[in-house]
Amino acid sequence: AMLSFLGRGRGGSGGGAVVEAAEAPIPSPDYLIRDHGGSDEKNSGKTSDGAADAAAGGSSPSVSLANGGALEVVAVATLAGHSDRVWCAAWEPHGRALATCSSDKTVRLWAPSAAAGGAWVTVAELDSVHSRTVRSVAWSPCGRLLATASFDGSTAVWVSEGGEWECAAVVEGHENEVKGCAWSPSGTLLATCGRDKSVWIWELQPGNDFECVAVLNGHTQDVKQVTWHPTEDVLLSVSYDNTIKVWEEDPGGDDWSCAQTVTAAEGGHSSTVWSVGFEPSGLRRAVTCSDDRTIATWTATGMQGMELSAAAKFPCGHDRAVLSVSWGKCGLIAAAGADNSVRVYGAAGDAAAGWHEVGTVAAAHYDDVNCVAWHPTQHDLLASCSDDGSVKVWSVRARVADAHAEAHGGGRDTP
Amino acid sequence: MEPRTELINPAPVVHRRKTLARGAALRTSRTHAEADEEARDGFDAEEIFEHIKDINDPEHPYSLEQLDVVSQAHVTVDDNTDRIKVAFTPTVPHCSMATLIGLSIRVKLLRVLPRRFKVDITVSPGSHSSEVAVNKQLNDKERVAAALENPNLLEKVDLCLNGQTVM
Repeated sequence: AMLSFLGRGRGGSGGGAVVEAAEAPIPSPDYLIRDHGGSDEKNSGKTSDGAADAAAGGSSPSVSLANGGALEVVAVATLAGHSDRVWCAAWEPHGRALATCSSDKTVRLWAPSAAAGGAWVTVAELDSVHSRTVRSVAWSPCGRLLATASFDGSTAVWVSEGGEWECAAVVEGHENEVKGCAWSPSGTLLATCGRDKSVWIWELQPGNDFECVAVLNGHTQDVKQVTWHPTEDVLLSVSYDNTIKVWEEDPGGDDWSCAQTVTAAEGGHSSTVWSVGFEPSGLRRAVTCSDDRTIATWTATGMQGMELSAAAKFPCGHDRAVLSVSWGKCGLIAAAGADNSVRVYGAAGDAAAGWHEVGTVAAAHYDDVNCVAWHPTQHDLLASCSDDGSVKVWSVRARVADAHAEAHGGGRDTP
Repeated sequence: MEPRTELINPAPVVHRRKTLARGAALRTSRTHAEADEEARDGFDAEEIFEHIKDINDPEHPYSLEQLDVVSQAHVTVDDNTDRIKVAFTPTVPHCSMATLIGLSIRVKLLRVLPRRFKVDITVSPGSHSSEVAVNKQLNDKERVAAALENPNLLEKVDLCLNGQTVM
């Protein structure tokens, strides 16, 4: 793998040969202000006035500003219902619901209810299938199917028929706990991974059946999560063995194999890699987070021969493991910490400055935050879930004072 | 784990049980809700040690304190940042019971401490041949959670916590 220094990137186009953008700087992502999915305004160059609101530990965590930060992270809703730790949260691809899964062996779907005055309610409870912790939940791209991976060794696939959710299939094969599941961009392939060190790929058949098309061995330890490239049938897996692996189908189309392994030597991680995600648009970079307290971004070429190149690696302010990362359409990266925090990072207009913390909730939950997930259509919304059994929805936006000052020709933070 | 006829450490050294320096009240196991009510009470190393010293060794009818597997000196508490570190010393460097001992310590503290505490459990540096591997396993929250869903393992842990051996 080639190391790419910060500020340079290899432009990967999705539709053909790899296009090499010589020395092209990584464009600065857009920051969001207030509106949902609407006006994106660049906040590059905005610096913090140094004031930091102390993050309260307790019922209403306030927001603190890190150096250079300009955004506030405000709790919009707290979803209570699970009776044990919540491991994963995933938005339906059209933004119609939030799925969460828990050690209480159930999956819950949540949505704001007009009848309840806009409050978030549980719209479905998926239970009586898994006999142990449900660890991961993933929506198919069309939003019609929901996969749930469990410590009981199975992955269930649920379908909604006329508003009622039922279990359409249960795929088994892993020797022990299944930890991750993810759908390919076309929705025809489902990948699962687990403590048995393997990654399985299943193909969706007519009648919601699944056929195993590959069992991928290569990781030397527990595989924590899998994720697909947003447009290509390329799979990434991350593991307790500290590596990231790239899996691709062979040109003949018969077999899958490991195209690349990223270790610490290639700019990767020095401890368990917990989570991996892709930039949903634009350059389609990847992001990983680790027990080593860092977050790393990667440029990835498209088409055959996908190759990850280290783009940036930054200590992220977490003093404990970073358990989950999510790259939002707003251009920001969110991270969930075992230190109870939710943190948001942006890369300033000046690419050399790199990624830095732009929003923080130091005590987002009462316990470890296991997962963060950006809303697919409302670009300022972020979901988080925790060992404390709760799920929260946050709005990430410019501080009201800043927006006000800007509107009135100011632009400086009020002290 | 397979039943074993030979002990890992057939001749453990038993240390004299230390008497209490002061009468620290021993908090009994209770729910997290009750624990959180006392959330703001201060904790120190002595109190943490009180909770773990009587955990039984899996193999021998002696406590971790008596075998010098745990000692107060190896418990670090930062009450301001809610961080606790416990280092334990297996009686022999190749001890295969190390993860079970570590897990027992973790479960005991999980049951008695307020949720706000983050606990790191490691083997004392240099005390185990697979130190890095054991430490990693003991501090991977997902591995610990999955292990504790295993009724056989949980039963072994409870034996240790109840002053019994596993053998």
